[in-house]
Amino acid sequence: MSGLATYLDRFLNVFAAWVLALIWVLPLFYAVWTAFHPAAYEARFELFAPLTLENFVKAWDAAPFARYFLNTFILVTMILAGQFILCTLAAYAFARFEFPGRNILFALVLLQLLVMPDILMVENYQTMRLLNLVDTIPAIALPYIASGFGIFLLRQTFMTVPKELDEAARIEGASFLTVLWKVYIPLAKPTYLAYGLVSVSHHWNNFLWPLIVTNSVETRPVTVGLSVFSAIDSGVEWSVINAATLMTSGPLLIAFLLFQRQFVQSFMRAGIK
Amino acid sequence: MRGLIFRREWITGWLLLLPALVFLFAFTHIPAVTTILNSFFSTPRGRRQAKFIGLDNYERMIADPVFWKVLWNNLWFALGTIPVSVALAIIMALWVNEKLLGRSFVRMAYFTPTVLPLIAVANIWLFFYTPGFGLFDQITGTLFGWPATNYLGNPDTALNAIIVVTVWKEAGFFMIFYLAALQSIPVNLKEAAQIEGAGRWTIFRRITFPLLMPTTLFVCVNAVINSFRLVDHIFILTDGGPDNASALLLFYIYEVAFRFWETAYGATLTVALLILLSLLAISQFFFFDRKVHYK
Repeated sequence: MSGLATYLDRFLNVFAAWVLALIWVLPLFYAVWTAFHPAAYEARFELFAPLTLENFVKAWDAAPFARYFLNTFILVTMILAGQFILCTLAAYAFARFEFPGRNILFALVLLQLLVMPDILMVENYQTMRLLNLVDTIPAIALPYIASGFGIFLLRQTFMTVPKELDEAARIEGASFLTVLWKVYIPLAKPTYLAYGLVSVSHHWNNFLWPLIVTNSVETRPVTVGLSVFSAIDSGVEWSVINAATLMTSGPLLIAFLLFQRQFVQSFMRAGIK
Repeated sequence: MRGLIFRREWITGWLLLLPALVFLFAFTHIPAVTTILNSFFSTPRGRRQAKFIGLDNYERMIADPVFWKVLWNNLWFALGTIPVSVALAIIMALWVNEKLLGRSFVRMAYFTPTVLPLIAVANIWLFFYTPGFGLFDQITGTLFGWPATNYLGNPDTALNAIIVVTVWKEAGFFMIFYLAALQSIPVNLKEAAQIEGAGRWTIFRRITFPLLMPTTLFVCVNAVINSFRLVDHIFILTDGGPDNASALLLFYIYEVAFRFWETAYGATLTVALLILLSLLAISQFFFFDRKVHYK
């Protein structure tokens, strides 16, 4: 290829990459624009349109978002704590213990990668009714706590831990739980971070199951709260809806922008394993 | 003595597994079985208990035009989202993997939709699609002088409008896997090809693309499962309408079970979904190399 052609080729690639990138951020840019400007500028884009925070105030006052945020925060923490404990124990068993039924049980765990709890919502709702848990935050969390994905991911990581480390610790008299705590968990820190980020963003964004199992302000997470808020047809302004939309995705979005590299690497790590 | 140690190891292993298995069985395996059982019973109402009705629910499903409609929609949805988002993901990854002006911004732009809640994303896109006033109509109106179009209210375009949102949301997520794969391809392969005089397209077609094949399979499996699972945005954008034109199978299950409260029929539809998913798993087992991506 001649010099000019190479140059042109490069230029076209950069150009196309940027056009696509701009198209990709356009929806978000638009949401930011309307949320920070008065309603009159919803569809008029002027560089010097006045900025305002009024839409956020209106949205915050119109629906109990503070409570929704608290609910989501409790929910996400509950799920993550449960997942870390249960998946760690199970992954340790699969990675380093020999016992009858291991392969069958592992296959049953992997089955959950295909049949996710959301798909079984009809039966899971009956279960929650039986347990008298409908419209509580634990009801949203419980189906996700034993995560097949988490167990698989941690098992893969634990299997890379050198057996000699394990044996050395045991010779010194450490119990298997001490070995788990002192050897395996510290070595798996990057996996925990990756899995944690994936899990938090997944459950922060989850909608269908919380929609089914909650029906009051005290239990609703932000996603369901947002859908209730924007479903009121009684002329809630676009700018206010978009302010609410940004608010609900705000914490995750800010976390993402701050820790972009970790986020991307976490999703990569979680995907490759 | 040796046997005793083995027993202890067994018991420890089982005990470690116990908590996770209790939850796994309670919310995945047992519900999957009871779903199948309940599909042979009628929906209990008030004092009236569920009673065994054999295959009645299945007969109803076969005769239900809405079931076939949502199944068909799901097929279109899969065909519309998967090839486009996978192709876009490959292109995005190729771009972001090279030295590019403002690479970190471009990568961020592609990936951002992944972190946003689908429900929030739907709110934003709803405005884009608003007839007359929305961004699409403003653009097509100014550029081509097209009249106002109700993309979401028209049975011919509603599902496509949903597909567009899904592609936008998913492509950046799949890009990540390709990016990881591209970084593991040895540079000397490409250099050797360049010395032989191969152009960019040849390198991609002969070297990069074949080496990305495992990733493509992995991504496709994910994408197919997602095509059955992603329904959040439908609630905001169209609510399945008009006339079920944009309803997908999982959305229809929700409607039947939690709007009409016909749980037994909902269970029957869930069985259909489970069968589809297992067919998928079986075909994956037989057609794809299982060593792909998993060790």
